Amino acid sequence: MKQDKTLLSFLNNNETRAIAFQVITLLIIAFVIYSGISNLMFNIEAREIHTGFAFLSNRAGFDINESMITYTPEHSNLQVFYVGLINTLVVAVVGIIFATIIGLMIGIARLSNNWLISKLAGGYIELFRNIPILIQILFWYNIALLTLPSPRGSFGFFDSIFINKRGIYVPEPVSEPGFVWVLIAFVLGIVLTVFMRRHFRQKHDKTGVHTNTLGYTAGLIFGLPLVVFFLLGSPMHLDYPSLQGFNFKGGRTFTPEFLALTFALSVYTATYIAEAIRSGIEAVNKGQKEAAAALGLTQTQSLKLIVLPQALRVAIPPTINQYLNLTKNSSLATAIGYPELMSAFGGTVLNQVGQAVEILGMTMAVYLVISLCISLLLNVVNKKMSIKGR
Amino acid sequence: MKQLVKFSVASVLALSAFAVQAGTLQDVQANGSVKCGVSKGLAGFSAADSSGTWTGIDVDVCRAVAAATLGDATAVTFVPLTAKERFTALQSGEIDMLSRNTTWTITRDASLGLNFAGVNYYDGQGFMVKSSLGVDSAMDLGGAAVCIQAGTTTELNLADWAKSNGIVYTSVVSDTNAQTLSNYDAGRCDVLTTDASGLYSMRAASNDPSEHVVLPEIISKEPLGPVVRQGDDQWFNIVRWSLNAMITAEEIGVTSATVDVVSNNPERERLMGRSGNTHEYVGLSSDWTYNIIAQVGNYAESFERNIGLNTPIGIARGVNALWTNGGILYSAPFR
Repeated sequence: MKQDKTLLSFLNNNETRAIAFQVITLLIIAFVIYSGISNLMFNIEAREIHTGFAFLSNRAGFDINESMITYTPEHSNLQVFYVGLINTLVVAVVGIIFATIIGLMIGIARLSNNWLISKLAGGYIELFRNIPILIQILFWYNIALLTLPSPRGSFGFFDSIFINKRGIYVPEPVSEPGFVWVLIAFVLGIVLTVFMRRHFRQKHDKTGVHTNTLGYTAGLIFGLPLVVFFLLGSPMHLDYPSLQGFNFKGGRTFTPEFLALTFALSVYTATYIAEAIRSGIEAVNKGQKEAAAALGLTQTQSLKLIVLPQALRVAIPPTINQYLNLTKNSSLATAIGYPELMSAFGGTVLNQVGQAVEILGMTMAVYLVISLCISLLLNVVNKKMSIKGR
Repeated sequence: MKQLVKFSVASVLALSAFAVQAGTLQDVQANGSVKCGVSKGLAGFSAADSSGTWTGIDVDVCRAVAAATLGDATAVTFVPLTAKERFTALQSGEIDMLSRNTTWTITRDASLGLNFAGVNYYDGQGFMVKSSLGVDSAMDLGGAAVCIQAGTTTELNLADWAKSNGIVYTSVVSDTNAQTLSNYDAGRCDVLTTDASGLYSMRAASNDPSEHVVLPEIISKEPLGPVVRQGDDQWFNIVRWSLNAMITAEEIGVTSATVDVVSNNPERERLMGRSGNTHEYVGLSSDWTYNIIAQVGNYAESFERNIGLNTPIGIARGVNALWTNGGILYSAPFR
């Protein structure tokens, strides 16, 4: 009798029940995953679909028009993977930089006391945030193709920059032997600037005398490399684009696919960043600004020293989330044929090779790793920015 | 969108263990329609008109299979697919057969778990440029930007051809036929390359066909035909012999108008199911070939109706004529 009672109370115990339900849920999930995978293996085998990763070392055989690393159709499918990965990262980095700049400007403009500026910024946000990004990409791409002239009627600037349907062609700097010293001078300039600033900050802390370091900084970072550059007799020349046959050759080309994609992603993501910045600034207690004014700080000093440091703490986490979204949205490039990872590897290679599971698995893993890295960065920044000692 | 399609295809592949077990014929008969993957729109091969009716020579192969298996050439569910989606859709069982100007290659036949059931159009890759460009040979295309559809044999052929001829080009890839064409129209590229039949079809569909020139060079062999999943021999036979029935009917001279004429030609009587028992071997009723010819027509009828000289596309029979007329179209005998 007594034993029964113990068993009953054991079964009625909340903790026991909670654990039991969790175990059951876990078992169900494990079963679903297991049966999915074993079904997949069974089907692949039954249909005699080729499996494995040997295709990575096979010759790709198709051309890619945009690549940061050497690529010809003779290269392997693995090289296509790298080309796509690098193109994805390029779009993500360029998009993040422009989205941040635009977002910062729009976010601050949104809070402007000037009625027109504030309304324009608001209109920008409402317009671009509420149109699906895929449509925006296709829109800018087709607008660029429809409005720009053909190569023979290009818009030219100073005979060195050309704009037409095939892209924007700019002169490309080509370094000659000895240019490496200019780079060394540049790095040295940055290092010296850090020491110089520390010196003047210590001086400020000790004596209270403020020194404007802007001139020294410019001199060290830009002046020093320039001096080295001219002393070595300008070890660099520009490769100018010129019309040869059907198209421009030489220089650096930014294709309409790349431009439309990064433009659309920047403009779209900037709306969210602007809102994050606005909410950050609005989160700063009004009393803080009033106190700054009472202490005699100017508008700029108040923004720089009091408002922004506190606003950023609120604004940075959502902004980094938007960086993450931008990176993932870059896979929409497949709609306009920009050869990033999803388009070149997850699309073309998949179709030439036909191994959907391996190729999509690799593609998903890459996006996952990139996203996890960005979240890791977010956590680090968050920890650093959070209020200490409270 | 595309990712969504692929993820769902992968998950369907993962969760459809039972679909593969049943025979495709039984599935088709249970559903009352053939799920046939076709191109998203290539005039003369597979295109939907304003009322949503699909026509074209690729479409006619789907209709022939439906007539053979269900006795009704209209019992087809058309699934429009891009070049990139087509094989996964077939592998995953989303469609019963693929009839989408697909080139028969050893890689596709032997490594994708698919089988090509025959050839319904012998094609080759060509180039089309705007007349205003003043180019009359593909050899003059060095440095040109080339519009091309992603994930096709065309992409591979172009790279091979350019390499062996020392021609440097820039490729501009797009996902769909429509985007490739609009890129070419907008002047994103100088030249459009795909199967010659596709070029004729696109030229016919353009505002002013005289503005475009198809260059004389044909740089590859492109045998286009219907595809089925590997491992279902009965279904494979049905698709292969439905196509063969259309070719044999042309050879014998049976058209949709003359199916009911009884003759003293034994082969014709066998084809029309009035003698012999070949229908038992493919597991269909004795009027299966009769239904194909009566409802879809023989190969010549399908060809002339969709892409022949009297259509806007205007392709001559050329290599696609019967072997008896100087072409290479040839069916194994119905015996």
